[in-house]
Amino acid sequence: MTVAESAFLIPDFAPAAAEIVVLFMACVVLVVDLFVSDRHRWITYGLCLLTLLMAAMATAMYVPRETVLTFSGTFVSDPLARVLKLFTYSVTAVVFLYSKDYLRERALFRGEYYLLGLFATLGIMVLISAHSMLTVYLGLELLSLSLYAMVAFSRDDPVAAESAMKYFILGAIASGCFLFGTSILYGVTGSLDLAEIRRAVATLDGLNIHLLFALSFILVGIGFKFGAVPFHMWVPDVYQGAPTSVTLFIGSAAKIGSLALLMRVLVEGLGGVQQSWGDMLLVLCILSMGIGNIVAIAQTNLKRMLGYSTISHVGFILMGFLVGTRQGIEAALYYTVAYVIMAAAAFGMILLLSRRGFEADELDDFRGLNARSRWFAGVMLVVMFSMAGVPPFLGFWAKLAVLGAAVDAGLTWLAVTGVIFSVIGAFYYLRIIKLMYFEEPSDTLSLGGGSDLKLVLSLNAALIVFLGVFPEGLISIFNQIVTTAP
Amino acid sequence: MEAVIFYVFGAALIAAGVGVVTSRNPVHSAMFLVLAFVTSAFLWMLLEAEFLAIVLVLVYVGAVMVLFLFVVMMLDVKIEQARAGFTRYAPLGIAVVLIIVAQLGYVVWARTQEMSFLQAPPRADAGFSNTELLGSQLYTDYAYPFELAAVILLVAIVAAIALTMRKRPGLKVQDVAKQVQVRREDRVRLVSMDAEKGE
Repeated sequence: MTVAESAFLIPDFAPAAAEIVVLFMACVVLVVDLFVSDRHRWITYGLCLLTLLMAAMATAMYVPRETVLTFSGTFVSDPLARVLKLFTYSVTAVVFLYSKDYLRERALFRGEYYLLGLFATLGIMVLISAHSMLTVYLGLELLSLSLYAMVAFSRDDPVAAESAMKYFILGAIASGCFLFGTSILYGVTGSLDLAEIRRAVATLDGLNIHLLFALSFILVGIGFKFGAVPFHMWVPDVYQGAPTSVTLFIGSAAKIGSLALLMRVLVEGLGGVQQSWGDMLLVLCILSMGIGNIVAIAQTNLKRMLGYSTISHVGFILMGFLVGTRQGIEAALYYTVAYVIMAAAAFGMILLLSRRGFEADELDDFRGLNARSRWFAGVMLVVMFSMAGVPPFLGFWAKLAVLGAAVDAGLTWLAVTGVIFSVIGAFYYLRIIKLMYFEEPSDTLSLGGGSDLKLVLSLNAALIVFLGVFPEGLISIFNQIVTTAP
Repeated sequence: MEAVIFYVFGAALIAAGVGVVTSRNPVHSAMFLVLAFVTSAFLWMLLEAEFLAIVLVLVYVGAVMVLFLFVVMMLDVKIEQARAGFTRYAPLGIAVVLIIVAQLGYVVWARTQEMSFLQAPPRADAGFSNTELLGSQLYTDYAYPFELAAVILLVAIVAAIALTMRKRPGLKVQDVAKQVQVRREDRVRLVSMDAEKGE
């Protein structure tokens, strides 16, 4: 057999050291969790945090610093992948920590939550390092399947089951669309390898009908995973229906996966036809900013409101990508990271205020928070100001970077539209601040939550302030790691 | 000869497909689907995709369809209920079918215009092994995606068990160890009663 005889070299495993660590440890956790009684469930939790720490060490020490391809070109490790992976570990660790007390109070503190969280993290890592449409798809499915199960995790809650069902069915359709687009792209370019696709696309006309056909299906998949309008229908329902700890995961860590998906497929693989997908993204961008910000005003449920707020932020992220310059891509990356940090803190606040048998997910639950806890009202104030884009917090610099990139690329009208929608959006963020500071509390119970949750949440808010006052560090990191531009 | 085989099996496949849709009994539909799978496996055989053909029979006919039959038999589908809205939905259904037929016709017509790209691929020689080739590709170049697929299956198992397995209170189960260890004293109670006088 010709193929069997052709020399096959054992691939270099070092670039994938972190993935191997996470997979191995996930299997260890799976077995250990069987023998751990409910009283000692913290062992599982500790092992998961240890896994993330080990993965971070593997990424920082073993993985080569330069760009390496391995596993027959299906896996890539570049500076972008290393930075995004390190960020993913820290966000996932924070998510696990925030979730601990909440899950324990609801008898959901079971090993499967953390285990599925680890597998979802592995899915994000695979997406970040994907260098073939096949790996992109498998990473996407690994992430999505874990998330579906996590949403349905609270089994006796009919709302959670309903939202999991919606998420699962819509997600399956979106995956199908993505796969269909991929198959057409394979037909057009003759390869699944992203570098090959890039080369083949460079020889094609941007208005090639088959390519556009493939592109639109792939964009449906990406738009769904990001939650961009008009593929946003699942976002509010899933955000509201899922246990808050799962919403936290979907709202923060999973967004890094969506970002990696867009980065690898559109920017790296299909960068040559940026003009074509830029116009499609433009529609998604304006609709997301508009519908996200305007509909959020009408919400009384905080989780639902943050869902719509996510949609509007996704509009901004897409704006960075669609301008098609290197500066725009850097800004979009910066915006995503900033958004993930802010979203983690916002959902962390809901988790902090929730108690046994009580979800603090209505806007009214934040009424008069200042009288109950001056410090955490301040934390929420920082998060809301930052999300609204008020200087000098992190969110302001993120918005500034994206808008600056749009103006520099000659899309001033788009930047103006973005600013107008942000001003509309500022209303609902400021409303929470008004509720916290200028209204009487409806209940006077002191805040629950362990000291670890309070400490990390305070650090999270402090990070938002710190990166707002000293924004240069984070911006320069993204300046260095972006190597490909369309 | 090959064309004859193709047309015979193709006709059988279409007949089976029609059977799946038209038969009133869901069990008969499932049986027709089995026939459709087996027939398409033969067609794949003609394309020299032996491995896929065998997997289709083993996995779909052997496992999936058996499971499917179990579900169909357990569900107790009411035929009358399913057919209740037939006249109401018929016009829409007919319109959809007409559009699909028109589309298929268009595709077939477009193909007849330019046939050069439809050349059959060259025949492989007799010693050619489809399975071996797939295996050698799967475990070398595609080892990483292959492992990822395995991880996805693992997640599916974990998720399915986490979502369905639970201990319901008041569930009546047998504890075999307890049953075996039972002693006479646990079950038998001797009651002393006065003997009754016979009539």
